[in-house]
Amino acid sequence: MKRLARSAGPAPIHSPSCGAVPRKDIPMRFPILSMLAAGLLMLLGSAAFAEPPTVKPPAGTRAENPGMPEGIEVPKPPFSEGIFPCTSCHDGKSMKPNLKRRELTDMHTDIVLNHGPASRWCLDCHDANSRDSLHLASGEKVPFTASYLLCGQCHGDKLRDWRVGVHGKRTGHWNGEKQYLLCVHCHNPHSPRFKPLKPMAPPAHPEEIQARKGGVR
Amino acid sequence: MTDPKPITPPESCGDSGCGTRREFLGAATAAMAAALTGCGTLSKEEFLQHNFRELSKQEVQDVIARLEKEYKAKYGKDVKVANTPAIPGVIFGYALDLSRCIGCRRCVHACVKENNQSRDPEVQWIRVLQMDKEEGVNLQHADQYYNPEEVPQEGHFYMPVQCQQCKKPPCTKVCPVGATWREKDGIVVVDYNWCIGCRYCMAACPYGARHFNWGEPNLPADQVNTNTHYLGNRPRPKGVVEKCTFCIQRTRNGQYPACVEICPTGSRKFGNLLDKDSEIRYVLENKRVFKFKEDLNTQPNFFYFYGV
Repeated sequence: MKRLARSAGPAPIHSPSCGAVPRKDIPMRFPILSMLAAGLLMLLGSAAFAEPPTVKPPAGTRAENPGMPEGIEVPKPPFSEGIFPCTSCHDGKSMKPNLKRRELTDMHTDIVLNHGPASRWCLDCHDANSRDSLHLASGEKVPFTASYLLCGQCHGDKLRDWRVGVHGKRTGHWNGEKQYLLCVHCHNPHSPRFKPLKPMAPPAHPEEIQARKGGVR
Repeated sequence: MTDPKPITPPESCGDSGCGTRREFLGAATAAMAAALTGCGTLSKEEFLQHNFRELSKQEVQDVIARLEKEYKAKYGKDVKVANTPAIPGVIFGYALDLSRCIGCRRCVHACVKENNQSRDPEVQWIRVLQMDKEEGVNLQHADQYYNPEEVPQEGHFYMPVQCQQCKKPPCTKVCPVGATWREKDGIVVVDYNWCIGCRYCMAACPYGARHFNWGEPNLPADQVNTNTHYLGNRPRPKGVVEKCTFCIQRTRNGQYPACVEICPTGSRKFGNLLDKDSEIRYVLENKRVFKFKEDLNTQPNFFYFYGV
């Protein structure tokens, strides 16, 4: 598991995808950047990058996390065994993309889609032409390692809380390096409701407790 | 003490003249200790040990060395007893998301494992209450013994309760010997060697957060966590009170408490209340937060919130 140092200097902002989207989109996607100063900072900052990042970090919101969200390093997405890379089957040659909405019968029949409206299907999130990546509603491609951007299109409040470490699990150090998880480590993207668990043993009733004899006091 | 043990000077010295005053007094003290406490295994040093806060640096080192030796003999392991002080500029705060907790009790058992509690009977510092959604936070409708096949159960929510690390802790106020106090980073701790086991603190705590070792704690040697702190999770003797210390042995070294690390739902948030960029401050500033039994003015540093 890789780590993110909260107190690190201005981290390089990695472009998670091809960078095809015009930068004007950016403030729309992050309405929390309401402050003029923050916007200005953004513009100045972006001018310094030859390769413009597709999504800007929420500059000025959580000052100690420069480079977020693209600086967020996460463990590998929890793919099913042997499923990735998708292009090992979906290579675009032997298997032509079929864009027709349909029930899958030959492959991936184990996937039950229970996420949002019934009209939703595979290619709303998976990219038909670049199978090893996902795509946003805008068509912009995102890698599986940045799938939180995709989730955040609808669940913006959760994404905002996740960035600051309030939604989702953090491990590591409260004053230093923390480990992050992707949304999909806890929520199956095809059926995202958190699965019930068997509770561990309850405490013993007082009448069941027998103190041991002996001891030093 | 109607029948104290007769005190006799050591007899084994023969005619070499080694029955010095010092040895005699040492033996006398040990015998007195045995007589006063009603048992014979308490060492002279332990009997004469002062309150932890009154010890000099050297005395603390001696005490820790003695404890480590005792633990080595008892468990056959090198147990490290730390004495890490509070970090300046840090007051610990904790927030628990009631809208996410599913009551799986992973935290309860991670805590037991981390903090060297007695296993049988198992002493648990966290108590998860199953409550009725219709009733809200109502202790009349709380059940801590729930054990269904799956949680969460329909119509219920779950509220883990542990030490709230109060700013005005009633437990420390009632301690007749000053064996429990609030540290500078806000953690309420117990000096197990100074505790007399009167359990006043347990009666005073409105959260049921303190627990008593009625018997000799049954901690199997293979389950001992060797990373300990004097004021935290070092193995306890019989007859003392213990409680959650926010995993003082971890948090004073920058780590999250064990319950935060284990929680599968990410309901548990921990950090420095004085750091305006911490997760805990974000929760306090942006979420609906409440304190448990706020009307008692205990002023907990433990908060409950609704993350959605």
